[in-house]
Amino acid sequence: MSKGQSGLGKSTLVNTLFKSQVSRKASSWNREEKIPKTVEIKAIGHVIEEGGVKMKLTVIDTPGFGDQINNENCWEPIEKYINEQYEKFLKEEVNIARKKRIPDTRVHCCLYFISPTGHSLRPLDLEFMKHLSKVVNIIPVIAKADTMTLEEKSEFKQRVRKELEVNGIEFYPQKEFDEDLEDKTENDKIRQESMPFAVVGSDKEYQVNGKRVLGRKTPWGIIEVENLNHCEFALLRDFVIRTHLQDLKEVTHNIHYETYRAKRLNDNGGLPPGEGLLGSVLPPVPATPCPTAE
Amino acid sequence: MSTGLRYKSKLATPEDKQDIDKQYVGFATLPNQVHRKSVKKGFDFTLMVAGESGLGKSTLVHSLFLTDLYKDRKLLSAEERIRQTVEILKHTVDIEEKGVKLKLTIVDTPGFGDAVNNSECWKPITDYVDQQFEQYFRDESGLNRKNIQDNRVHCCLYFISPFGHGLRPVDVGFMKALHEKVNIVPLIAKADCLVPSEIRKLKERIREEIDKFGIHVYQFPECDSDEDEDFKQQDRELKESAPFAVIGSNTVVEAKGQRVRGRLYPWGIVEVENQVHCDFVKLRNMLIRTHMHDLKDVTCDVHYENYRAHCIQQMTSKLTQDSRMESPIPILPLPTPDAETEKLIRMKDEEVGGGVRVSRAGPGLLSFLTPFSMLSPPPAEAHAGNAAEDEAANAGPVTPPQPHISRDLPPLGMAPPTPGARWAWT
Repeated sequence: MSKGQSGLGKSTLVNTLFKSQVSRKASSWNREEKIPKTVEIKAIGHVIEEGGVKMKLTVIDTPGFGDQINNENCWEPIEKYINEQYEKFLKEEVNIARKKRIPDTRVHCCLYFISPTGHSLRPLDLEFMKHLSKVVNIIPVIAKADTMTLEEKSEFKQRVRKELEVNGIEFYPQKEFDEDLEDKTENDKIRQESMPFAVVGSDKEYQVNGKRVLGRKTPWGIIEVENLNHCEFALLRDFVIRTHLQDLKEVTHNIHYETYRAKRLNDNGGLPPGEGLLGSVLPPVPATPCPTAE
Repeated sequence: MSTGLRYKSKLATPEDKQDIDKQYVGFATLPNQVHRKSVKKGFDFTLMVAGESGLGKSTLVHSLFLTDLYKDRKLLSAEERIRQTVEILKHTVDIEEKGVKLKLTIVDTPGFGDAVNNSECWKPITDYVDQQFEQYFRDESGLNRKNIQDNRVHCCLYFISPFGHGLRPVDVGFMKALHEKVNIVPLIAKADCLVPSEIRKLKERIREEIDKFGIHVYQFPECDSDEDEDFKQQDRELKESAPFAVIGSNTVVEAKGQRVRGRLYPWGIVEVENQVHCDFVKLRNMLIRTHMHDLKDVTCDVHYENYRAHCIQQMTSKLTQDSRMESPIPILPLPTPDAETEKLIRMKDEEVGGGVRVSRAGPGLLSFLTPFSMLSPPPAEAHAGNAAEDEAANAGPVTPPQPHISRDLPPLGMAPPTPGARWAWT
């Protein structure tokens, strides 16, 4: 799921991450379309393949977030959507005749795009992350990082990290879920130094030193997306796809989903949620913990 | 004489010189005189900067005027900003260049557009602009007009975020609230995050949206038809580049062997004063070198006059609503009394000794003094006159006769007294 105010380059970045047109860009909207009044949730599913491995990727975009004059509670539709996915999964799980592989529409990762003001987080960012870091894995990302020079970038990152810490916002990888020492040191390093990743996205290619690279061509130079000296896109991509993809799914399933499930069961008095009338007709299932899928 | 010759008419030829000398009066030196006086008096200019925080407003102001107004500024953290309201901060600085003094006032609006709920976040700003107009209005209508301080806002630079797809609702709201009160110059901030094609698209988009929402931004005046082609070309380019895409910088970097104001990136150096990189130079020229005076003129002639007309209209409509109120401006015309009335008035004046001049319409006077009592007309005029006199002498200060009461006067063949006219009351 990609979140953030419109115009921060979310769609471009997602396209760059997966090297394919998986996200429809907002600028291709019809000129007559207005900024949506409420936050919409648009989910587009794709199947991409690499080296014989197929992946079903669903990109959820949230146009209209943070665009209005009054943005109070604009995170509520998003929270609702995430909880709805958990609810769907839960219903499938407690079903008597349930499928072998439950279709998993839960949100595994939320990329939150921070506007590169250079000062600090915006109040809206803080409020959103406070509410959502408890239900989904949030990876904060500094958008359009070609606005900042190297010093500004490091200062801004430090300030953002400090603000997140002071406000008790646990972004992925969460400290409390590090399982062993090896994980801990590796994640610590990422947490303290690289996050939040300052990225630049682009779907255009240019010729640099004889190679064709993804980048942005400005009158004063070409910004290479995959050059670590220019931005941290490569770090983000490796982090999300190459090393921590499975971990993201596991944390979502083992921790966020279980938290949701426990809460639902508690609310229901230890009974699993039934499906309307049907639930009351069926005999109550004893509250034994369901076996974890896979 | 040499200064006068500089302003000689273009049509003069050397042969006509002698004739012209004979016809030469000398007022062609007026521009020089105005120049000298203005330089002595000095100039003032009030600039307001508005936009979300983090868009580079302070840096741009620094780059424009090459002075640092924000040396000891403390940046607030996001949590502190959640409950912050929009403030208005004024910084004044006196700068001088080649003997010309400029008193520059920058009005900053920290906190604008930062909160989660930004409804009406432009209200403190509109209130401030109105306050300055009101202050000037009062000063202008006052008695001592020698040293009026002009704190009216002459120009507002509005920073549009380059990270959006055009104008945001907050931008539209702000501009619509202020476009009739102040000259708005929209700018695209932090333009170094956009490539040229993106800048073009964004400018087009913003121009379209400004038209669509009916926002009146500051329009550059048309240049005279007798200006030379070069100037006209420049003017055209200026108009086509609006809104300006600007970059600001406080640092000087080394580029191609020269020291320039710019930003150093791993992939290149952005030069603030390079016209290919951004429109900073165009903005500076427009704001300071060519259109500063026009901005002041439009503020005085258009925005201030609108405010003033609106204010006066409000005042007079309030007055006519409440007709019992004392009217400072005579509303009704003064009828001229006939000769007979004049004579009687003069007689009575002598009797009274020039003190209180009383109305000849006795019952009318009584009805003034006791507006709510019904009085029958007295049998004899003289008695009525005396009675009226006594009444007038005994009565304390009386409010001037009110229009609606004069209508109740029984006709006595004489013109009823008109409000505020010839009658002086104690």
